[in-house]
Amino acid sequence: MALLEVKDLKVHFETDDGIVQAVDGVSYTVDRGQALGIVGESGSGKSVSSLTVMGLTRFAGNARISGSITFDGKDLLAASDEELRRLRGNDVAMIFQDPLSSLHPFYKIGDQLVEAVQAHRDTSKAQAMDRAVEMLGLVGIPEPRRRVESYPHEFSGGMRQRVMIAMALINDPKLLIADEPTTALDVTVQAQILDLIQRLQRELDTAIVMITHDLGVVAEVADDIGVMYAGRIVEYAAKETIFAAPEHPYTWGLLKSIPRLDSPRGEELVPIPGRPPSLILKPTGCAFHPRCFYVREAHTRIDPQLAPAGEAGNGDNRVGAAGHGHEVACLLPGQTRRALWAALQAGEVPDAALERVDVPETAVDREAVGEVLAPAPSDEAPVPPEETAP
Amino acid sequence: MAAFIIRRLLWMVVLLLVISFLTYIIFYTLPAADPVALRAGRLATPELRASIEHTLGLDKPWYIQYLKYLDRLVLHFDFGYSYQNSISVKSQIFDRLPATGALAVGGALVWLLVGIPVGIISAIKRGTWMDRLAMGGALVAISAPVYWLGLVSLYLFSKGLGKIPLFEGQGAYPNTGTIVSDPGHVIPALILPWCVLAASFAAVYARFLRGNLLETMSEDYIRTARAKGLRERAVVFKHGVRSAITPIVTILGLDLGILLGGAILTETVFNIPGIGRLAYDAIQKSDLPTVQGTVLMGAFFIILLNLVVDVIYAFLDPRVRY
Repeated sequence: MALLEVKDLKVHFETDDGIVQAVDGVSYTVDRGQALGIVGESGSGKSVSSLTVMGLTRFAGNARISGSITFDGKDLLAASDEELRRLRGNDVAMIFQDPLSSLHPFYKIGDQLVEAVQAHRDTSKAQAMDRAVEMLGLVGIPEPRRRVESYPHEFSGGMRQRVMIAMALINDPKLLIADEPTTALDVTVQAQILDLIQRLQRELDTAIVMITHDLGVVAEVADDIGVMYAGRIVEYAAKETIFAAPEHPYTWGLLKSIPRLDSPRGEELVPIPGRPPSLILKPTGCAFHPRCFYVREAHTRIDPQLAPAGEAGNGDNRVGAAGHGHEVACLLPGQTRRALWAALQAGEVPDAALERVDVPETAVDREAVGEVLAPAPSDEAPVPPEETAP
Repeated sequence: MAAFIIRRLLWMVVLLLVISFLTYIIFYTLPAADPVALRAGRLATPELRASIEHTLGLDKPWYIQYLKYLDRLVLHFDFGYSYQNSISVKSQIFDRLPATGALAVGGALVWLLVGIPVGIISAIKRGTWMDRLAMGGALVAISAPVYWLGLVSLYLFSKGLGKIPLFEGQGAYPNTGTIVSDPGHVIPALILPWCVLAASFAAVYARFLRGNLLETMSEDYIRTARAKGLRERAVVFKHGVRSAITPIVTILGLDLGILLGGAILTETVFNIPGIGRLAYDAIQKSDLPTVQGTVLMGAFFIILLNLVVDVIYAFLDPRVRY
């Protein structure tokens, strides 16, 4: 049984401007000791989905959550606030993007770690402090016995993130959620922190959900990768598949917009045009269609679902560590997708690839067809389904 | 830290000198009345006027007068004598200080005891009827001027005058300086003034704390506190309120400093013989030495409490170092 199983999770926030569909039907699983990477731009819902696993979106007050989250056999959406509190920091821990603001400025490092221990264990302060010193040593803070007396502002950014990791792992959690843990750090420090996370994962056998916008980060850490766009996972596969044979135009865009050492000399980086869509008024049909180079009329009406991808038998559909096949939510026919990626791999820019590969005007990948709008695209926004918070 | 305090104390002396000079200038450019005429009476002869002018030293040029004043003040800590009744200004001030002190400190206690819990509850229960009620009440309290609120409260609650006579009313404050010798008599007389004085401050503090706490509760470190599984009570009080309440210390220091220089309106409405009344009367009668004395003392308290605030802040926020 998977350690964490998220099924059709939807998190909608009611605001004055309308309902923000931050997470809109996300499913993934993480096994013990496994690392899942969730990749996407800011505003794709990747953080909200993880905060919901921790029960932290409940504090927002206006969140409507549906679907299911099962952790270690327990239904977290049905759990009481107190049950979730006992889980947080004990079985599931989280580290955040900005270590500068994630520690309380008024309390000593040691006291903040002790607090994390004593929230879950009935130990003396001295014992908890010993544990804090041990953890600080483990994450590579020199002279931990002395440094517990320091305040956060006396640490560098990288050191503070180490403290955050120590705090997260102090109660031996089964799952660590890392939300952009290296984004606020220098590149050299980033590598150190990623190494640290990987080392600790091996030593402590912790499962990891790594949330990032940086494909380089998941390339280091993750076993499986889910690519998120506008509140959904649009492509989900083993790490090797995502990098070698991606099938979603958005994943192509992510890969082609970062420089790689092994790409042909002189190849241009291609940014993804436009901006992430509003989560209140999502585009009709495929949410990515306004930014997609290969959009066809039908794509503006048909809502694609995750469906198996890759050609059976040619190695594309490799099974990831969690037993996941390659899935993609794209309406382009599978053959067309693979031909387009081959053209892009050969160094073509999207427009040239589009000329070379015949993208049929009407054909859609039948397996991926989800909700279909009437042929004449209406101006009205799609009506969001009614959800009730548990 | 010690060097910081010494530096600030030296600056205080400079500031007080500047303030005394400015007070002098303002007094000479815009006199409220002629002190000689007031003292000489209606049927004064020119000889009497000249003699009074000489006694008060007003026949000398203003800068000579100022230097003489400074000489006495700096070398002998002597604030001079009132033009009005020749009482030593220093003894007048020390006579009135306990009344103002009792009013200001007691009022501060009342507004802290009311404002802080109301602010915290409003922030935690944001958007509920409790929040709306508290913030609506705060708006009323801020909008109500002290002289109006004072008279209404006297009309409603004072013994002998009010509809629901619960508290001692106007003029109940026995006499100057009795707070030390006779607190049992003075404290009941101060309940109503304390509440009237505290009303608008409590409202300001409640709104300020509410806003601060709401902002603090969306900080990343609050999310961290929750993520490590702390009970919500600990998250709110140990992590949220601890941060949100720190700036309160700053405004408390300033407000207390200002009030110790005289709460003129409250003192007038309730007939409390404090510094504010002394200053007000002195201005009316162009009693320069008394005006100078009260202004300098008010400035002294404001500057001193500012310094105290800065020192306390360094203990409350470890990031602040001098």
